[in-house]
Amino acid sequence: MSFISSQKKDLFVHGVFLIVGASGIIILTLIFLFLILEGLPIFDVVSVRDFVLGKEWYPTDINPDYGILPLIAGSAGVVALSSAMAIPLGVFSAIYLAEIAHPKTRAVIKPIVELIEGLPTVVIGFFGMVVVAPLLQELFDLGTGLNMFNASIMLAFMAVPTITSISEDAIYSVPRHMKEGSMALGATHWETIARVIIPASLAGISTAVVLGIARAIGETMVVLMVAGGAAMVPESIFDPVRPMPANIAAEMGNVPFRSDHYHALFAIGLVLFVFTFLFNLLASYLSERHKQVGAATL
Amino acid sequence: MKRILVMIAFLLMGFSLGPLPAMAGELKINGSTTVLPVTQVVAEAFMKDNPGFNFSISGGGSGRGITALIDGTTDIAQTSRWIRDSEVKMAVENGIYPVPFVIAFDSIIPVVHPDNPVDELSLEELRKIYNGEITNWSEVGGPDRRITIISRDSDSGTYVVWGDKVLKGDRMTPRAQMLASNGAIVQAVQDNRHAIGYIGLGYLTDRLKSVKVDGVQPTSTTTASGEYPVSRSLWLITNNWPSGDVLRFINYIQHPDNAHLIEEGGYVPIW
Amino acid sequence: MRSNFVRRRNQFIAFSIFRMAIFANVLALAVFLGFIAINGASAISWEFLTEYPRRSMTEGGIWPCIVGTVYISLGSILVAFPLGVGTAIYLNEFSGGGRWTRLIRMGIINLAGVPSVVYGLFGLAFFVLYLNMGVSLLAGSLTLGAFILPLIIGSAEEALRNVPQSYREASLALGATKWQTIYKMVLPAALPGMLTGMILGVSRAAGETAPIMFTAAVFYTGKIPTSIFDEIMAMPYHIYVLATAGTHIDQTRHLQYGTALTLMFLVLGLNLAAIIVRNRLQKRL
Repeated sequence: MSFISSQKKDLFVHGVFLIVGASGIIILTLIFLFLILEGLPIFDVVSVRDFVLGKEWYPTDINPDYGILPLIAGSAGVVALSSAMAIPLGVFSAIYLAEIAHPKTRAVIKPIVELIEGLPTVVIGFFGMVVVAPLLQELFDLGTGLNMFNASIMLAFMAVPTITSISEDAIYSVPRHMKEGSMALGATHWETIARVIIPASLAGISTAVVLGIARAIGETMVVLMVAGGAAMVPESIFDPVRPMPANIAAEMGNVPFRSDHYHALFAIGLVLFVFTFLFNLLASYLSERHKQVGAATL
Repeated sequence: MKRILVMIAFLLMGFSLGPLPAMAGELKINGSTTVLPVTQVVAEAFMKDNPGFNFSISGGGSGRGITALIDGTTDIAQTSRWIRDSEVKMAVENGIYPVPFVIAFDSIIPVVHPDNPVDELSLEELRKIYNGEITNWSEVGGPDRRITIISRDSDSGTYVVWGDKVLKGDRMTPRAQMLASNGAIVQAVQDNRHAIGYIGLGYLTDRLKSVKVDGVQPTSTTTASGEYPVSRSLWLITNNWPSGDVLRFINYIQHPDNAHLIEEGGYVPIW
Repeated sequence: MRSNFVRRRNQFIAFSIFRMAIFANVLALAVFLGFIAINGASAISWEFLTEYPRRSMTEGGIWPCIVGTVYISLGSILVAFPLGVGTAIYLNEFSGGGRWTRLIRMGIINLAGVPSVVYGLFGLAFFVLYLNMGVSLLAGSLTLGAFILPLIIGSAEEALRNVPQSYREASLALGATKWQTIYKMVLPAALPGMLTGMILGVSRAAGETAPIMFTAAVFYTGKIPTSIFDEIMAMPYHIYVLATAGTHIDQTRHLQYGTALTLMFLVLGLNLAAIIVRNRLQKRL
């Protein structure tokens, strides 16, 4: 093989990998494109304003209404409540693992916590349905155990490992000398954690929190099986709700293709896509900043 | 166990030798989850009588079944409601000529937990419970508790029939929890003292209490006689007058000898 | 400055809270696993694993679901592995780190954040309807393949990064072309790491429900798929359907638990395998 032909071959190979390398961005574009293609036609039937702010979701009525405010409220409620549980739990666990735990304990427990991340979400939803729901119903004497609170517990259970794992990395990577410096000045371990280590790793912890929340927004099976499925704006944390992913999953199986209802569900998918996209952008931005902080301290 | 192994071996042999002539065939049935238990039971019996024959049955709801028939992606649509004018129009435009067959009758009955003291509701009270005007059991003679309202998914034929015959055009309250099947409603109501739901007659168990509607106890007799006010027919819809395997299956499911299968599936046979 | 006693007490309180947090996590996991294991174990038998569902799925086993899940996870890895490894090679070996690379990375990060149900919508609109594949093993594999692609890329890139730069330099110095270097030196060294990612990808694909709900899985089909255009039954979808849309939910409860345990066994087993492969690798390097 001559030198030139093997150089040509290299160029060819480079070209092939360039195309393969673009596959991720191509898929992302296709997803966005098809959400738009299949979602936008609904706005011939209903205005954007009535779609996003409409309180009535009656997609199969003879005179249908496509207002997704109750679904957005359901999503927001579930995500807020699960964040309230998962953020402290996740961050505290991360601090414990990175700062307090014996290295051997850490080596055992960290993989166990990360194991939760790999659990099939449908099984978590199933557990919420058959175990947690009856328990809550008895315990608080509720109208139904399938509600926002239950779904939030299950979502928190899922989001904690994401938050713990990423924040632990951030806390663990705080330079040793900062910690030692603080301790040498007479601060207790706890004071060092609170005043030195957490502020130094705050960007990493925020990234973790944002990614955890993003995961909770998009999670489908848990809210589908556990949240209760009522398309109402919740008045209490024990009300049943119908978050956006649950609504798509519950109804897409039954709609005639290319009907208004079908397009409406794609439009909800578009809303969901935009929400998670924004959260991911925020997370990337935070982790970029985190890198800069790390470099500045070194 | 042994028989199953023999059967599996037989099936595997069937695969390796290619499909057995004349016996093999496949039918796709798509549509209502209400009709699904019947078609599934009958399909299992049909497969036993016709070894090598296969079914693919999906329960996407009545609307999906009819759409699939119009698209030509299913052989038979199973529906728990009558085909809409708009659907017939669309079918004809696509060169599809839908032919409906009644395979069973069914009543939709309101059910509550056995501990619930309420035994009877009028159609008017049911309407008010489901449109959200009545929110407390004490308003209909029960304890002072909020009513947990349970409904079928808005795409199901059962929901449509309930909407027509009980809600009479009113909208269902958004508080209603939408569940995906009759079985799910059974499960939810039997575990919840404050709940009310509605199910097909065949799903009634002793862990539930059926409520009289306007004084009529829903039974297969009152369903067949038409006395019970909330009842309907279950349909199979084919493209054109059926022939071949489709015809064989329709004949099979409508045959008086197989009426017990309809009952097993939970409905009132047409014979 | 506050007294030492107060400071030590504060530390004790804070640390106790941290300990409680981690304890809550581990306890929740233990209760969860224990419950599924105890209830599932009684349902699992040889018949359960090898038989077809019978009597409206209230009896019999989950054989078609197991086969369906295996087929679709392998199908998705067949799609995602070449694309993922190719992307990783491009990012790590070819690209200069310019604007285009940053765009690709942004794309992958955001792809990883797309909700699973949105993948399902995409698969339905693009593969099932637009490309006319119908609800099929093929459409589901492609959808799931797209879903696990970011994970595969991430692990493949990590594997490539762990290959010492000296390998590449030595090979190039000996006159090998870039492609020869990658093919003969870098890839073999990175392969075990990529394998870890592949196993994790299979595990993720096997446990996922939402992307296959509208693209591949059906409630019931009496046969094992014989072509890529066949519909399948799959374990995650089976659990969901039996638990929420079944006709006899109480009678099938033991089947639900059994299927859940089988699925967990598969998914966690694969995870464990990935960890073992990774640990071996770390020891060797």
